[in-house]
Amino acid sequence: MVYAQQTMEIQPRKKHILAALVENKPGVLNRVASLFRRRNFNVDSLTVGRTHRPHMSRMTIAVDATRGDANRIRQNLYKLINVIDVAVVSNEPHVSRDLALIKVRSDDADSRNQLTELCERYPARIVDIGPKVAIVEITAQEDIVESLIAALEPIGILEMVRTGVVAMGRGIRILDSDYEPVMPGAANGNAVSIV
Amino acid sequence: MATKPILSGAEIILECLLLEGVDLVFGYPGGTILPTYDALSKYPQLHHVLVRHEQGACHMADGYARATGKVGVAIATSGPGATNLVTGIATAMLDSTPLVCITGQVPRGVIGSDAFQEIDVTGITLPITKHNYLVTDVSELAYTIKEAFFIARTGRPGPVLIDVPKDVQNQKIEFEYPEGEIRLPGYRPPTLAPADDVAAAVELINKAQRPIILAGHGVMMSGAVAELRELAERAGIPVALTLLGTGALPEEHPLVLGMMGMHGTAASNHAIQQADVLIALGMRFDDRVTGNIKTYSPDSKKIHIDIDPSEINKNIRVDIGIAGDLRTVLTQILPGVQPTQHGAWLNQIRDWQEDSDERDIIKRDTGNTLFGAQVINDLWKFTEGAAVTVTDVGQHQMLSAQYYPHQRPATMITSGGLGTMGFGLPGAIGAKLGKPEEEVWSISGDGGFQMTLCELATAVQENAAVKIAIINNGFLGMVRQWQELFHGRRYNETVMFSPDFCKLAEAYGIPARRVTSRAEIEEAVTWARSIEGPTLLEFVVEKEEMVYPMVPAGADLHAMIRRPKPDEEEAK
Ligand SMILES: Cc1cc2nc3c(=O)[nH]c(=O)nc-3n(C[C@H](O)[C@H](O)[C@H](O)COP(=O)(O)OP(=O)(O)OC[C@H]3O[C@@H](n4cnc5c(N)ncnc54)[C@H](O)[C@@H]3O)c2cc1C
Ligand SMILES: Cc1ncc(C[n+]2csc(CCOP(=O)(O)OP(=O)(O)O)c2C)c(N)n1
Ligand SMILES: [Mg+2]
Repeated sequence: MVYAQQTMEIQPRKKHILAALVENKPGVLNRVASLFRRRNFNVDSLTVGRTHRPHMSRMTIAVDATRGDANRIRQNLYKLINVIDVAVVSNEPHVSRDLALIKVRSDDADSRNQLTELCERYPARIVDIGPKVAIVEITAQEDIVESLIAALEPIGILEMVRTGVVAMGRGIRILDSDYEPVMPGAANGNAVSIV
Repeated sequence: MATKPILSGAEIILECLLLEGVDLVFGYPGGTILPTYDALSKYPQLHHVLVRHEQGACHMADGYARATGKVGVAIATSGPGATNLVTGIATAMLDSTPLVCITGQVPRGVIGSDAFQEIDVTGITLPITKHNYLVTDVSELAYTIKEAFFIARTGRPGPVLIDVPKDVQNQKIEFEYPEGEIRLPGYRPPTLAPADDVAAAVELINKAQRPIILAGHGVMMSGAVAELRELAERAGIPVALTLLGTGALPEEHPLVLGMMGMHGTAASNHAIQQADVLIALGMRFDDRVTGNIKTYSPDSKKIHIDIDPSEINKNIRVDIGIAGDLRTVLTQILPGVQPTQHGAWLNQIRDWQEDSDERDIIKRDTGNTLFGAQVINDLWKFTEGAAVTVTDVGQHQMLSAQYYPHQRPATMITSGGLGTMGFGLPGAIGAKLGKPEEEVWSISGDGGFQMTLCELATAVQENAAVKIAIINNGFLGMVRQWQELFHGRRYNETVMFSPDFCKLAEAYGIPARRVTSRAEIEEAVTWARSIEGPTLLEFVVEKEEMVYPMVPAGADLHAMIRRPKPDEEEAK
């Protein structure tokens, strides 16, 4: 008996952005990072920061993956107990930003002129300038940041740092943040040590 | 208002265990867990089983959990005690068994200083636990324990570890057991299926010509045994079982085709490949189940019901994926399912079964050679099919799945996902202590038995009346089988010296007998059953026995290597 091959649609890999609301507890970043390593998912960037609610942090994770994989990542992230909600933000209309600080050569008139000109064309500005080097800051969508970096390359990039992408869905959809911490605060416990 | 008792962290641990309904724990003491061991004498209701190796504690807790459906508890000290738990925790993780492991940790003040027996056990076990905790203050302890039990047993069950620094065990606090339900913002296992998915599933089931149900471990974990039977019988659908799904329906049920997958029955595997509707219930399409996923059940529409959404479309793409509790979802589906018969399909399946019967080793006269398959089958016969079998890993494990037809859930206890050699004996001790009224047989190979045989002493100390069968083929048999088939019979490092198992047993005070022929089996089994405490039978079997059918790793599921029929063998 001859069987047909199962047709497996081959999905293209592209950039996906996930947002995860997590409990602000020690080790949560470790759990997320461990998950990506264990499941063999490729992380482009991962950012964490506090939110308006002290017991919650928000992570933005950019991955290079197929759509199916992005979904698997979402489901696996949600399996972590400390992950309160996850969404593949890039599946819906969204806003995303990346911030870069780029240190470039500015030791002649030509380079300084080019920098000023680029800062007019891009949503970028010079935040530090001296006789030898300047620091350019840009906050924009990732592809625009990439484009500025390419334009700065010929002038001479000395150092660069980027935050990685942060993103948020447009409109009234928000990640589920409707909960209060339940565990009695450890830091102000009223325990007495006897040893 | 009544005053609340002032308790130490150690006392809180034990108090909370009792409040969770625990009466049996498995463990091994050491420096950092000593305060908890010291408090044990205040809690005589809590029986502590002293193991001989912490891996044994975990496997016992695991066997206990699988046999009883309750959460198993293992306790160990920091450092080497904790790392010895690791294999047991991973075993439980891969098979979704609910465990709570409690480890001692060095005092908070020296954490991070490479203190004596300090090891980052929450770091080590992070990828092999469902969740874990380092308790940093006694005020967190009661809540953490309650949460740990909740997480371990709900949703897709799994092991949870709680690391408790020694000074936290010594801290005192007013004890208050957290009232009410656990509320975890990021943990809401799905239960119900969306109505349109239910309708779509019902339609597929009702229209199917060649349907098959794949029943897995989740059937038992969700308590959906009755619903599974109802679905299969009403819609006349044959049922193939995963290794861990054994017992979901009695193997003697006419619709049950036996195990699927690498060493599954030819009928199961062919039926899967030729089905037009495949209904996967609480199973996760392990690669031992699917073989080559590119050619897996190519013509079927597939329904997959699993409580873990990340399992759906993980290995096999399905048409209807339902993330929900199996029992709940089947209850939603059943009202729409029409009584049906699939006569032609079942006839086709019967042909496959008849062909297999002709090949079956059990039906042959093997002269003076004793085969492991015969031992297992006779064991079934002479225990009236009523035992709980706890196996190790290897050929004897597959033979136990094939030749001991199990009739009830939770009677085939085995390490499936991790395939942990050494699981058998401690797993059986745990199962027996959890279910003293059951007849529990530990079935191991000569190799795996030697990995955890130190637990013989635990069986004696606890008078755990496990019946131990060692299938001694003088080989790491399953690896030898691969060497025979795929490595030109080069038996590198699979020939194994073993001690005299009977004398070994006797050294522990365990009565033992050696069996070398089929004629002796009945008497030996009857003898073993007649003895009150633990007993051991060593079966000396054919060295180069093969487990058939076999789907080579990664091969197409229908491309099984079969045992030749007798006439084919003569023709050779
Ligand atoms: C030497 C060796 C050979 C093997 N050969 C075979 C073989 O031939 N055939 C075979 O089948 N296995 C074989 N195995 C075992 C195999 O590796 C897997 O362990 C096994 O197939 C897993 O079965 P499962 O998916 O039913 O169970 P599990 O791995 O335990 O998965 C259970 C599934 O049920 C889900 N679930 C849990 N609770 C619920 C609920 N309430 N509602 C809905 N879903 C739920 C879980 O999320 C999970 O996806 C072999 C193992 C070894 C060591
Ligand atoms: C801890 C561990 N190490 C190695 C293996 C690989 N392995 C799988 S089966 C097997 C042979 C088991 O031999 P034995 O216990 O004698 O059982 P048999 O196959 O002969 O019945 C081995 C080495 C394993 N599953 N677990
Ligand atoms: Mg062997």
